[in-house]
Amino acid sequence: MTATTASWRLVPRRRLSLSARWRNPVGIVGASMVTFVVLTAIFGPFIWTIDPNNPAYDRLQGPTWAHPMGTDDLGRDTLARVIHGAQVSLQVGLIAVGISLLAGLLIGILSSFYRGFVDLALMRVVDIVFAFPLLVLAILIVGLLGPSRRNAIIALGIVYAPAFARVIRGAALEVLGLPFIESARSLGANDLRIMRRHVLPNIMAPVIVITTMYLGQAILGEAFLSFLGLGTQPPEAAWGNMLATARNFIEASVWMSIFPGLAIMFTVLAFNFLGDGLRDILDPRLGGVADEITVRSK
Amino acid sequence: MYRFVAERFTALVATLVAVSVIIFLSVRFLPGSILDLFFAGDNTATPEQLEAAKKQLGLTGSYFEQYWRWASGAVHGDFGHSLLTQQPVSKMMADALPIDIELIVLGILIALLIGIPLGVLSAIRRDRTLDYVSRVTGLAGISLPNFWLATLLLIFTSRVFGWVPPLAYVPFFSDPWQNIQEFFLPAIAISVFTLAIVMRMVRATMLEVLGLDYVRTARAKGAPRRTVLTRHALRNALIPVVTVAGFEVGVLISGAAVAEIIFGLPGVGYQLLHAIFQRDYPVVQASVLIIAATFIIVNFFVDILYGLLDPRISVT
Repeated sequence: MTATTASWRLVPRRRLSLSARWRNPVGIVGASMVTFVVLTAIFGPFIWTIDPNNPAYDRLQGPTWAHPMGTDDLGRDTLARVIHGAQVSLQVGLIAVGISLLAGLLIGILSSFYRGFVDLALMRVVDIVFAFPLLVLAILIVGLLGPSRRNAIIALGIVYAPAFARVIRGAALEVLGLPFIESARSLGANDLRIMRRHVLPNIMAPVIVITTMYLGQAILGEAFLSFLGLGTQPPEAAWGNMLATARNFIEASVWMSIFPGLAIMFTVLAFNFLGDGLRDILDPRLGGVADEITVRSK
Repeated sequence: MYRFVAERFTALVATLVAVSVIIFLSVRFLPGSILDLFFAGDNTATPEQLEAAKKQLGLTGSYFEQYWRWASGAVHGDFGHSLLTQQPVSKMMADALPIDIELIVLGILIALLIGIPLGVLSAIRRDRTLDYVSRVTGLAGISLPNFWLATLLLIFTSRVFGWVPPLAYVPFFSDPWQNIQEFFLPAIAISVFTLAIVMRMVRATMLEVLGLDYVRTARAKGAPRRTVLTRHALRNALIPVVTVAGFEVGVLISGAAVAEIIFGLPGVGYQLLHAIFQRDYPVVQASVLIIAATFIIVNFFVDILYGLLDPRISVT
């Protein structure tokens, strides 16, 4: 099919190709930064072989050659802990956004496909979740389930799902109004086939943008919950709980507060750059829904 | 317009009820009953003690009766007593809420006062250095964890100026100067995300509006550049920003919770987090309800304002 309207949801699929992507500096910077973080998380522990939980060094050091990011209050190497934190952050981000994405696809496609009562009921649920400040709702969910990384993932997955549902519903509604859906139906395609083969491939553009943007937000959310003691629990290193500990040692060593924060900012910025770049490629309209996506992300 | 307001008001009430039901149920469907936690695993409690505890916790009767008791109490400003301190929860909330309101108001003011002019400048100087700088700063702003920024601001002011904000909370009306000193840093820390969003939004809508015919007409008839920008373009570009400011209150409330912890301000978020770690459920329920209600009510007024600014919304 070809783009019949100026709508960004119906971008020809070739625009997703690699060659188009190279023309977008913000996107390239973002993609390189994301690659760097991913490689650090995967290969970091093999290159920097210090155990992140080994309190074997002088406490509260500043950066030195032996410890490029210094050491913490117990004498653990901060670089090793930041690398471990990258693994934690990416894991939480991927699983939480995975949950939101699956729930969003299910809710969004079902409610746009069946309309009527299904749509009304599902969208009311979505509205109610949006009636909470999202991170406060996440605090409530984790607080009730008990503080742990698993529960932080569940909470973030729940609070971000409605945003996916709304964007996907909007995109799917637009696709469902097009003539080729009717043709498919008249050729005898059943509901499931239409959803899978005709709707899903044609809403990939907004799905990719929102997923990228929310990966950054979920990592920020995990850091927020861990900072408050509701996410990853010490002694395991996560960027958020490292910052929480560092707060008690501001006088003794500022370095403890600097590096985990930089790591969070670098990673979230990476996903935002990438999301912004992808949006520019995939969204011919100015501005577009990506800003609405970020606006609703907390 | 009256019909529009009535509709929005009905929606407001319905949402408040739905939100309160969710909060009520989420606390009831916990793994492990509140009662076990109340006795902290102590199995020696007599049936009479259990009954008394149930009564105190409002756990007698069906779920419907329990909810009704809690909700009607809440409507009358009675949220029960803290399990920990035995204080009336409503008093705790009444003391805490002004802190959040002040943080939110300051945060939104900072965001709008800086974000709007930056967005306009960025749009006017599209694709020039200033535009790139502010776009990158904008992306950095939405990537910056506010709790980290708060810590950095504390380090910065204490190292460079040898100044730390006063630690004991003082209400605005008893000592405005002291109060502003306390709220200055946390308000900046939580406003940065919103500032960046407002800036990006204003830039995008300004660019859209500046390309429209009526702006060209205004220019063609010889209106001064300044007038075209402020009277014609900005006025219309700001309408969507109103809605965004509404959502952003939610972001500011979440940010306020963590800023209150860092700066030792006993606001609603601070109470919520402490109550969660202490499993003080009456306080948890009340603080989440109050936070959600604040957010919902703000958005109700934002909707009305939006309807006033853009008549197309309230007519259809």
